[in-house]
Amino acid sequence: MPETLNKASAGAAESPAVAPVPVAAEKPRSLWSDAWRDLRRNPVFVISAILIVFLIVVAAFPGLFTSVDPDHADLGKHYLGVPQYSHVFQEDWFGYDVQGRSIFARVLFGARASIIVGVCVTLVVTILGGLVGMLAGYFGGWFDSLLSRLTDVFFGIPLLLGAIVVLNAFTHRSVWTVVLALGVLGWTQLARVMRGSVLTVKQADYVQAAKALGAGTGRIMLRHILPNAIAPVIVVATIALGGYIAAEATLSFLGIGLPPSTVSWGNDISSGQTVIRTAPHVLFFPSAMLSITVLAFIMLGDAVRDALDPKLR
Amino acid sequence: MTIIEESATVPAPRSGDDKGGPLLEVRDLHVEFHTRDGVAKAVNGVNYSVNAGETLAVLGESGSGKSVTAQAIMGILDMPPGKIPQGEILFRGQDMLKMSAEERRAIRGRKIAMIFQDALSALNPVLSVGYQLGEMFRVHQGLSKKDAKAKAIELMDRVKIPAAAARVTDYPHQFSGGMRQRIMIAMALALEPDLIIADEPTTALDVTVQAQVMDLLAELQSEFNMGLILITHDLGVVADVADKIAVMYAGRIVEQAPVHEIYKRPAHPYTKGLLESIPRLDHKGQELFAIKGLPPNLMKIPSGCAFNPRCTMAQDVCRTDVPVLHQVTEQDGTDLVGRGSACHFWKETIHG
Amino acid sequence: MAELDKKDEAVDATPNVTDIVKVDASTTTEVEAILDAPVDRGEPILQVRNLVKHFPLTSGILFRRQVGAVKAVDGVSFDLYQGETLGIVGESGCGKSTVARLLMTLERATAGEVFYKGQDITKLSGRALKAVRRNIQMVFQDPYTSLNPRMTVGDIIGEPFEIHPEVAPKGDRRRKVQELLDVVGLNPEYINRYPHQFSGGQRQRIGIARGLALNPEIIICDEPVSALDVSVQAQVINLMEKLQNEFNLSYVFIAHDLSIVRHISDRVGVMYLGKMAEIGTDEQIYEHPTHPYTQALLSAVPVPDPDAREHRERIILTGDVPSPANPPSGCRFRTRCWKAEDRCSTEVPLLAIPERFQGLDSPVAHESACHFAEEKDVVGAA
Repeated sequence: MPETLNKASAGAAESPAVAPVPVAAEKPRSLWSDAWRDLRRNPVFVISAILIVFLIVVAAFPGLFTSVDPDHADLGKHYLGVPQYSHVFQEDWFGYDVQGRSIFARVLFGARASIIVGVCVTLVVTILGGLVGMLAGYFGGWFDSLLSRLTDVFFGIPLLLGAIVVLNAFTHRSVWTVVLALGVLGWTQLARVMRGSVLTVKQADYVQAAKALGAGTGRIMLRHILPNAIAPVIVVATIALGGYIAAEATLSFLGIGLPPSTVSWGNDISSGQTVIRTAPHVLFFPSAMLSITVLAFIMLGDAVRDALDPKLR
Repeated sequence: MTIIEESATVPAPRSGDDKGGPLLEVRDLHVEFHTRDGVAKAVNGVNYSVNAGETLAVLGESGSGKSVTAQAIMGILDMPPGKIPQGEILFRGQDMLKMSAEERRAIRGRKIAMIFQDALSALNPVLSVGYQLGEMFRVHQGLSKKDAKAKAIELMDRVKIPAAAARVTDYPHQFSGGMRQRIMIAMALALEPDLIIADEPTTALDVTVQAQVMDLLAELQSEFNMGLILITHDLGVVADVADKIAVMYAGRIVEQAPVHEIYKRPAHPYTKGLLESIPRLDHKGQELFAIKGLPPNLMKIPSGCAFNPRCTMAQDVCRTDVPVLHQVTEQDGTDLVGRGSACHFWKETIHG
Repeated sequence: MAELDKKDEAVDATPNVTDIVKVDASTTTEVEAILDAPVDRGEPILQVRNLVKHFPLTSGILFRRQVGAVKAVDGVSFDLYQGETLGIVGESGCGKSTVARLLMTLERATAGEVFYKGQDITKLSGRALKAVRRNIQMVFQDPYTSLNPRMTVGDIIGEPFEIHPEVAPKGDRRRKVQELLDVVGLNPEYINRYPHQFSGGQRQRIGIARGLALNPEIIICDEPVSALDVSVQAQVINLMEKLQNEFNLSYVFIAHDLSIVRHISDRVGVMYLGKMAEIGTDEQIYEHPTHPYTQALLSAVPVPDPDAREHRERIILTGDVPSPANPPSGCRFRTRCWKAEDRCSTEVPLLAIPERFQGLDSPVAHESACHFAEEKDVVGAA
């Protein structure tokens, strides 16, 4: 869009500056409210948001959708396939696994582990990475060099390989050990994004103006830099969330993620892969749910990125 | 009082044929931008013309539509969101808006070239300037790499870049701002176009360098007998180089005049206000004259004359009727050649 | 002791001048003394002495070592008096913006002093620095980046009160902010709006209101109108002059637009490549420039008068400003100067009243850092 036009719309048509004109009844707009307006009209956002809300409800209250215990085994139903007639939302809708457990129930209950891992890892990496990136970017100098090198060291460790090593150190594994392993290794990406963002914002005149007023470090960081630097971090974090869910599934598949007793998509995919030819439905349903969930989060991240980047408008 | 009908191009004679007519003629050009907040009317019926060897200065503030008009002429307008609902852009009598993309491409760069304000972002940072200059010859004239390089050095010599042969392999960032602007000029000149559009060519430069670049541009223009459209907001630069001036406000031409006339006797209150707001020696210590208010929002252009909310002379008629570009005359009624003013009270402004 | 020194310097305003000049200055007539540094102005409010800022150039990734320095500001001295406007002009890269940042202590000076009421602010930190900042404020060039887009106008103008709560009690702040909006000519009801809802000129007014909030004595203006439309520039300049009279402010007005600087300034300093080339009253600089750079600069300014273009003598300088990382020896202007001789490459010209003009009761007798200073009639910016 040409520069002239931008300026014109920025002008917002106030009448002569000196004349006290009644303020127009327009609502104050900010980057966030603009982004929200954009998002509401974006079908990609609407679809992914509905999916995610649904998944969160499933994760929180799987009992609402099925009354079957996912651990209830009936060997008589061993590898029983998908029924030929309509059994929507019934226990045998997706068939049964090796121990005759309802795959439908397991898929619903498995959502909890995946969502918890995804959300918690994202929170951990955003806070940890954001903090490191902020401090490195703001203070610069040797402090930045030190933190950046540290980030590089962690960045060099492949997420999964590193997680395998960390998780092997635990004898007793749970959802939280997986969160810890992924969080400790995943923050580097966020730290880099945050640092770059802070470096840009730090140069802005309004930060200099605050310094010239005598504002302290805390005020400058929290009021001036953080609100202006956080947008790209949110975008990357949303996209990464999908990746963490996939990583959890991969670790569980490899047998070092969640303990086999935990109901999770990763564990079920792991046990399903051995019978892919004789009973493909055992593998198919948890995999499909995993794909849909990861896709939903990545789509959400994409939509948020587009909305927060005014240049793409 | 002569009123010139709105559709007519003022004061330049209308002419559609190939010979004798103006090099470029813009007729009743409109440009709109469709954004999610509404339609911004950036250009609302612009008429102007340039002859070979002539310099037309288009003067205006940000949002006046001066750059958008130039982009429409070059065919580099982003469409969408831009849209040209009506108007004609005649290059040697042919309407470029009706041409095929292929035909337009043949004109762009070869017949009409453009110089941008920001030379650093207009040049590709990863290619040497010699390569970028030579590219014009390789693509348009099919020269070999070696010949193209020789041509590039020749061009750099022509725009007075010292040690051209040695610097031809340098990259844009290795040149200073003034030198980069020279390279931009060299690129525009490469195919010896008939018309150059310079969009704020010296705004980013320092005054001492600005003088060098403007001199160079003027010299090359007379050497090649090119038409030049100089888009600027600087009244000083205009006075130095222009032959005639078109003052734009809110997407319209509000005043048109030969350069010597307009500074002495502006015929539009906006032009008058701009000239009066320049700090003058004899006004030191006093308040500067300031045009009150702000340039209009292009989504909500005031009715009637767009300048009326800021104008000291505004009457009721200014709020209702859009003024056409009136032929400006002497007090005794003789036409002032080439002068037009889109003000209901042009007589009072110029003679009052 | 420092006190005494300063008083001395205040009179002749040339701290880096040789002893001979000082002797001369004391023996000259009273008329010249007035010309030199008006007595009625009293003590300068700000004294800048040999200010230096070098930005180190480093190389190496893990172990940075210094390979050179960009000499952005290299020995600049001037005084600023209560209620006056000192204009500083120069081309990009001459160090004028760095001077602004040094005066604001946004950058630490490499050497030299800035005395505010006798206190060297370049050495201050913490509480003492915060206290000084109340009195020296700044207006920035770009109204689009100098206001935090996430804060409302009320928050932006009210922030100074949050940082310095002693200036305004909490309950009083909203009213104060609205008063400030009114003072700069904006509707006080705009208090809840965001910066992007305003035009450039209005944003600059908001920036000025923020600068005024703490009742400062000095405002450093770094190109305050160059980003604005021509028709709006005059409004902002008028506002700044009005505020100066109302609050007895002192301005350091940094700009590249020579005609605006002339309009607003009482005295003008011309900078070139980190050094002050010439300094004097506006009349001395614009009507009687003696430094070749000032002459070239003035002659290059396009004059909004088409009749002048035929019979105006213009000095077109060749080449570009050399890099401040590697400035020419001797006089920094010599590489582009038509008067340069051998002496210019070996001997740095000092900023002083040229010997030949000393004792003259004429506006040419002002400080100019040139070995061959002479008056040349150039068409000044109208």
